[in-house]
Amino acid sequence: MGVGIEVTNLNAWYGTNHSLQDINLNMPGNHATALIGPSGCGKSTFVRCLNRMHETNPIARVTGTVRIGDLDIYKDIKPVEIRRRVGMVFQRPNPFPTMSIYDNVAAGLKLNGYTNRHVLDEIVERSLKNSALWDEVKDDLKKKSGASLSGGQQQRLCIARALAVDPEVLLMDEPASALDPVSTSKIEDLIFQLKSQYTIVIVTHNMQQAARVAEKTGFFLNGRMVEFDSTHKIFTNPSDKRTEDYITGRFG
Amino acid sequence: MKDEHKLRARIRTVTDSAATGLAVLSTILVVAPLVAIFVYLVYKGASSLTPSFFTQIPKPPGEDGGGMANAIFGSAILLGVGSLIGVPLGIGGGIFLAEFGRGTKLANAVRFTADVLNGVPSIVMGIAVYALVVVPQKHFSAFSGGVALGIMMIPTICRTTEEMLLMVPHAVREAALALGVPNWRSVLSITVKTASPGIITGCMLAFARVAGETAPLIFTALGNQFWSANLNEPIAALPLQIWVYAMSPYDEWHRLAWAGSLVLIVLIVAAVSLVRYVTSRGVLKGAS
Repeated sequence: MGVGIEVTNLNAWYGTNHSLQDINLNMPGNHATALIGPSGCGKSTFVRCLNRMHETNPIARVTGTVRIGDLDIYKDIKPVEIRRRVGMVFQRPNPFPTMSIYDNVAAGLKLNGYTNRHVLDEIVERSLKNSALWDEVKDDLKKKSGASLSGGQQQRLCIARALAVDPEVLLMDEPASALDPVSTSKIEDLIFQLKSQYTIVIVTHNMQQAARVAEKTGFFLNGRMVEFDSTHKIFTNPSDKRTEDYITGRFG
Repeated sequence: MKDEHKLRARIRTVTDSAATGLAVLSTILVVAPLVAIFVYLVYKGASSLTPSFFTQIPKPPGEDGGGMANAIFGSAILLGVGSLIGVPLGIGGGIFLAEFGRGTKLANAVRFTADVLNGVPSIVMGIAVYALVVVPQKHFSAFSGGVALGIMMIPTICRTTEEMLLMVPHAVREAALALGVPNWRSVLSITVKTASPGIITGCMLAFARVAGETAPLIFTALGNQFWSANLNEPIAALPLQIWVYAMSPYDEWHRLAWAGSLVLIVLIVAAVSLVRYVTSRGVLKGAS
């Protein structure tokens, strides 16, 4: 089941660049939260702070607290453990090129030491069904490489790979920006279904997409969170002038 | 206007043909020496390639027949020992340079050392191993020859491994880390696996290079006119045998030297092709 995310006074740096400043927000469990804002505003940095991927960059630094469920992820738990609970899907599909479709989905489990074939078979099938890819690949699971699929299929494969380790939260950093409209709508349908089981945080440049999939939306600008509210309110009656300017296309 | 278009199209066609012609010419120039060497070896050596060449050991001068069975076997032993030393150390060093030591002083020192080692003349390598292994052991041995070849393989394998690992896209590493896979596991199971075709090529290059080395074996493996499978005794090797035969005054031995050269080249090509075939069998449809 998805759990809530509570972010308090989050600051992040790349070297001397203060890329996130005093972020405070609460994202409810089992909902989708969209993060919008112009390029370079800190959205991606923000989601990377939610699974401690930010700190894999040697010059990166972070302060503040992030509570996911009842865990303070910067105090109570190691980075590798939090990343198993908080899955991530990247902007460009990044399947492991030398692995079969099956091994791609099973990678998170296998590399963490699970070897029971029957359990793996079951999890791979369930994850691929959850990511709406099963019917397209079930005959080639061990025959084809993950890299042989189309872009849209690869992205759903990456979603299946993230789901296979049974996370509580799914972070999606512009998951559809490299995809065509048909694949995009498949991913959006998927996000809609996945909300019942996971908490979803999605970064997007596509405002219609935010409006379609998310209950809550946050607007980022220059490393700060300008406004965070229900998606309906952000898109129809934002409280901040800058939000209104952005969503009406006056800048950004 | 129309004429000008036609003229330009004509110029482009001519330029295109000229560039293609130059490319073909360069290809021929590159491939020609290889073909020439091979044809000449077949011409000079094929007649001596009798079954006994592969089954018998050398006979004393003056007697007909005799073969290089012991030298072929000895080369296989030396290259086996060399690969057992050179491949793991080279790949390990490359992984360290690309993944764990990036930017550290130690990594820079290792990289510099590998580059210098790559430039050390092979005869110097032979003398060094003579001083370090043969002298303390008080006898020449197959083992010391393998050590010399192994050390010569390390720098090539090390640097190719590093280059190939650095070519693995950052996105692939991130994908593994984001699954909660520890860094060392991600490096060994994902990054190295993704780069493995290139790493194997590096190992094959190093293997083919040392397979024909004579100089480092003169002071180590020494050579042997008889059968030996003992790592602690001097052992025959194809390049050594070719060298001895080619320097001899006997016509029969000269012919055997030509045949040995042909066999050496064919065996190197066969070994490289075999490894390529075996390692490509597991590759999946569409894998890049």
